[in-house]
Amino acid sequence: MDLFDYGFMQRALLAALFTGLAAPAVGTYLVQRRMALMGDGIGHVAVTGVALGLLTGTSPTWTAVVVATLGAILIEVIRERGHTNGDVALALLFYGGLAGGVLLTGLGGQSAARLQEYLFGAITTISVSDVLITMALAAVVIVCCVGLAPQLFAVAHDQEFARVAGLNVRAYNLLIAVLAAVSVTVAMRTVGLLLVSALMVVPVATSQQLSRSFRTTLGAAMALGTIAPVGGLVISALVSEHATVAPGPAIVLLSLVGFVATWPIGIWLRHRATLRAPFLAVDPTAHETTDEHGHEHGPGCGHPAVEHGDHVDYIHDGHRHAPHGGHYDEH
Amino acid sequence: MSENQIPLDLEDGAVSIGGRPIVRGIDLRVGTGDFIALMGANGSGKSTLVRAITGLLPLTKGSLRLFGTPLDSFHAWHRIGFVPQRTGASSGVPASVWEVVASGRLTRRRLLRPLSRSDRDAIREAIEVVGLSEMAHDGVSQLSGGQQQRTLIARALAGEPDLFFLDEPTAGVDLPNQRALTDSLRQLKERGATIVLVAHELGPLRALVDRAVVMRDGRVAYDGLPLGDHEVHDAAFAEPHAHHHHLRQRGDHPARRDHAPNVASPLDRS
Repeated sequence: MDLFDYGFMQRALLAALFTGLAAPAVGTYLVQRRMALMGDGIGHVAVTGVALGLLTGTSPTWTAVVVATLGAILIEVIRERGHTNGDVALALLFYGGLAGGVLLTGLGGQSAARLQEYLFGAITTISVSDVLITMALAAVVIVCCVGLAPQLFAVAHDQEFARVAGLNVRAYNLLIAVLAAVSVTVAMRTVGLLLVSALMVVPVATSQQLSRSFRTTLGAAMALGTIAPVGGLVISALVSEHATVAPGPAIVLLSLVGFVATWPIGIWLRHRATLRAPFLAVDPTAHETTDEHGHEHGPGCGHPAVEHGDHVDYIHDGHRHAPHGGHYDEH
Repeated sequence: MSENQIPLDLEDGAVSIGGRPIVRGIDLRVGTGDFIALMGANGSGKSTLVRAITGLLPLTKGSLRLFGTPLDSFHAWHRIGFVPQRTGASSGVPASVWEVVASGRLTRRRLLRPLSRSDRDAIREAIEVVGLSEMAHDGVSQLSGGQQQRTLIARALAGEPDLFFLDEPTAGVDLPNQRALTDSLRQLKERGATIVLVAHELGPLRALVDRAVVMRDGRVAYDGLPLGDHEVHDAAFAEPHAHHHHLRQRGDHPARRDHAPNVASPLDRS
């Protein structure tokens, strides 16, 4: 396809790749803290940053980084000081940021179309210097999130334990907030500020359907994170002759497709795990045998075999059948 | 920081939360190898006291020395093992038992260094002590409540500390798991660890306890040989044998979490 020979397409692919690696890396820690919507809050605040850049004629990327970082720190401070989960604080910043951004854009005499580039992404118009900034910032995010993974995991998992273990919990909390702000501005050009949280959260939600450990969740989320932006971009390029498919929404919808595909598998895996959890190793109160039993239980007989002390019980129509000599006991 | 300093020495300790004195006039010395149970009714201040001793809450009065060092200049956190009061070991993202336990090793790890051989050995041994070796790579959210509690104890063990604080490790844990927990703590005690256990009821742990400190309304009401569960519920300790088996709300400040919807300003600080 000649389309990929164009410079703008190559730049877009590079930006998509780095964004896709960085956003889910921070997103994993946000989801772990049950603050999946923090990316959204920061994204809304960053709208004001972009508008400030457009108004003053400076680079919107840098003003967005600065304003988003300040917003993220504010959210973190409110979360730490307040006794709500910070969701009220998030809501306040959501609306303040979006309203401020639209107001400033109007004041600056910029058209809504200019702001729209940042709200929903315009990855194919990205310049060489923007690609370099994106790559550098994304690299910082990835190095911090992977390199400091043991510390960040401990702090997000249990703050009180981390504090007694001597970790500087506040510094790590602020680091996560700043990294989230940076990756929001990195992803701003790819999917836009209003969809940025999707790149941070959806790959994590997808990978945790199938994983049991934090490490695989983080790794798989980053892998999925690269597939969706590159795939969405390629799709929108391939169909460009027939239809106008904006890359931003295509990327987000593609990663949602990934979630929808793995979700039933996750449900099935969790159901199976619950079914196979061992029964409490307590002996039955009395020796009670089953009624006449034509079926012979064994490996692969179709009835789930569940550990029960030193033997297995077969689950058969709501009964627990334990083999005993030539017959089965009710357990 | 010599080895023969006594692990915990608190003189005239007091804790206030939001300006209200919660815990007052506490003198507590714990010698090396002691197994102490800190008991009392709900709201008697036992958890608050432990949170102050571990530095999670500021002491408003009194002097606290850990291993002979005043708390302000104490940095040897790897000597302290803490099992916080919480309802489970899971978080928003899956994590394996091994990973949760490994996070306890952070007290002895340097920044940006991979796990050393001795780190891995300590993690494996900690999982062994609580009897979860077979489930080391299972997701922690798939375990029962008692097994999750044992995971949290293994996490504290992984740092190979000398002084343990356990905040209600047996709350909401079934009897077989309480026994497994007791076995783990017995092994710790035999190795010479100093243990401070916060508990509402001792259950099978009673055999291990050398000394009981019973709190009542923020003060020490009894300090001596361990009491039977029924004696602790004596009216003198402000509890007319009323069992509270419902799950506690997180945090131990009833005034902070009430039944009314909480719509205070986000910057309120209580």
